[in-house]
Amino acid sequence: MEVTYLAAINQALHEEMRRDENVFVMGEDVAELGGAFKVTEGLLEAFGEDRVIDTPISEALIVGAGVGAAVLGMRPVVEMQFSDFISCAFDQIVNSAATLRYRHGGRAACPLVIRAPSGAGIHGALFHSQNPEAWFTRVPGLKVVAPATAYDAKGLLKAAIRDNNPVVYFEHKRLYRSVREDLPEGEFVVPIGVAELRQEGRDLSVITYGGTVHQVLDAARILDKEDKVSVEVLDLRTLLPLDREAILATARKTGKVLVVHEDRLTGGIGGEIAALIAEHAFDALDAPVRRLAALDTHTAFSPPLEEYILPNTNKIVEALRSLAAY
Amino acid sequence: MALEREKHIAERALLTMDDVQIIDLYRRMVLIRRFEEKTAEMYSRGKITGFCHLYAGEEAVAVGAIAALYDKDYVVSTYREHGHCLAKGAAPRAVMAELFGKATGISRGHGGSMHLFDANLRFMGGYAIVGGGLPIAAGLGLAVKYREEPEVVCCFFGDGALPQGAFHESLNLASLWKLPVVFICENNFYGMGTMVQNAICQEELYRFAEPYKMPGVRVDGMNVLEVYQATVEAAARAREGDGPSLIEAVTYRFRGHSMSDPAEYRSRREERIWQERDPIKQLRRKLLQDRRADENQLTTVETEVNAIIEDAVRFAEESPEPALDTLGKLVYVEDDGTAQS
Ligand SMILES: Cc1ncc(C[n+]2csc(CCOP(=O)(O)OP(=O)(O)O)c2C)c(N)n1
Ligand SMILES: [Mg+2]
Repeated sequence: MEVTYLAAINQALHEEMRRDENVFVMGEDVAELGGAFKVTEGLLEAFGEDRVIDTPISEALIVGAGVGAAVLGMRPVVEMQFSDFISCAFDQIVNSAATLRYRHGGRAACPLVIRAPSGAGIHGALFHSQNPEAWFTRVPGLKVVAPATAYDAKGLLKAAIRDNNPVVYFEHKRLYRSVREDLPEGEFVVPIGVAELRQEGRDLSVITYGGTVHQVLDAARILDKEDKVSVEVLDLRTLLPLDREAILATARKTGKVLVVHEDRLTGGIGGEIAALIAEHAFDALDAPVRRLAALDTHTAFSPPLEEYILPNTNKIVEALRSLAAY
Repeated sequence: MALEREKHIAERALLTMDDVQIIDLYRRMVLIRRFEEKTAEMYSRGKITGFCHLYAGEEAVAVGAIAALYDKDYVVSTYREHGHCLAKGAAPRAVMAELFGKATGISRGHGGSMHLFDANLRFMGGYAIVGGGLPIAAGLGLAVKYREEPEVVCCFFGDGALPQGAFHESLNLASLWKLPVVFICENNFYGMGTMVQNAICQEELYRFAEPYKMPGVRVDGMNVLEVYQATVEAAARAREGDGPSLIEAVTYRFRGHSMSDPAEYRSRREERIWQERDPIKQLRRKLLQDRRADENQLTTVETEVNAIIEDAVRFAEESPEPALDTLGKLVYVEDDGTAQS
């Protein structure tokens, strides 16, 4: 049966809560309302109010309490209603959760998952559109994932819940209902730290993740058809730790790399990827690594301005053509 | 009971106001209601997009409180701020155009419904981060006090903001430093789908004033005169240098949390009970009863307001989209401050 990205997340929560009674869900309006986007719908009915907990609007507390419970061996899955509000919990994530194991000389763990709906393209303006992953991808102790498909949404969440480290799980709001696929019947997990080749190609590579994966695939199809240019598409899936091998392999294979993300250009993870390739695969390059990302500005409310700020299929096609011609 | 005392205070407010002032309160409330009704209509027709939170039902809070301020006083608000912004004197054209995302909007189309802002009007912004406005209000108060200016800062926030650290940090500091801030909590019983009693250990929200050593009152937020009088007193205190106050205005949002919320977590019966307490109908009845206005005057107000709202929509529709090259110009101040004068 076809399952949406949103339903896949919901399935993962159901399955993991059934599997392990230490798993519980906590956040604003996650229980009775089933979350602002209905991601946690049905959990309250299935697992009761001890394990599906509505909290006050207190992001720092939601994460901090998650850390406390995790130290004692619980496996909290806490929700930031929008990833934009994760900044209210920043201290608890980067100072409490990320350093916990290190501070305890490796003798404690913090198996916490922080779910954060991210992404623009729904006219949410400045504080309901952010892609804050790069604030976290430089924090040792954290893992950061950003699935693009229903399969990965489910498999990565299950892996995140089982992981003994704090994992920040970015789910893209625009994908919730727009992306769907058949999921296998049985149990599966997508390992953290492993990228996925979405499409093999010979001429160019695109490295991307999350909200822009589908735009990149559309652009690749256009290049294949109209330009006879064969594009390889690597979906990172995990942003911390990066799958260096997969990144360097595709760079070496095609010699021309475009990095695409919906996060802003400056300080986005594209810079790290470009540096990795420059350091370790320079000899294989036929062109400088290019980046296409959101403009370095805030996300405007005005729909035409928002469109102008964000990457889209047309912009990716243009960037690919320019790189192909290099 | 605190509310009983406030009833008498409201009567007193009525006596101190002349007919022009009183009809103006009515006009402002009707303006906000019609504005919100029109906004809902435009939203369902796809003219307005994004997240949009309406203020219908709560008009008495913004109008009563802001009427008790001087034009030069400051207002800080939330994402449910169309009402506060209009009550502070923003042109309905500029607010509607903002909701449409147009260049003529109050934030030039860059902010939308949740981020109205006009420093000239001393409307210091809607804050889409719950609790986000409170520290800013403290900072405005700090600057006012530092410069020995006579203004006060009026900060609106929902019941949902109380569990945020920002609420407690701001009340503590405002009290400690005797900052001229009036904190107004709009208790509409819900933060999205969560009831106050499921989010806050102390349901009588005005009691949070006590640990922070400031006066706290609960007023009927469906009665514009009660809100007015309570704010007059709190603002006078702030202006005297005696520090902040906390006003809890008990109110009700007539619609769901946002345009996409069918409000299934509350009963239709509960909604009807509150609709009977509609602040606009209450004031209308009172004005006619006390012969402070006649039917004719009030109908004229309503007709005038309707025309203003129609004009605002027309203006918003006809306005241009923001130019793409405005993007780069709005992020930084271009003058970096190092130029020699
Ligand atoms: C820091 C933060 N957390 C969560 C949200 C999402 N959110 C927006 S409004 C809201 C409820 C706020 O309720 P309340 O303060 O009572 O205001 P009301 O909507 O009732 O006017 C929530 C949870 C947010 N905007 N900011
Ligand atoms: Mg509320």
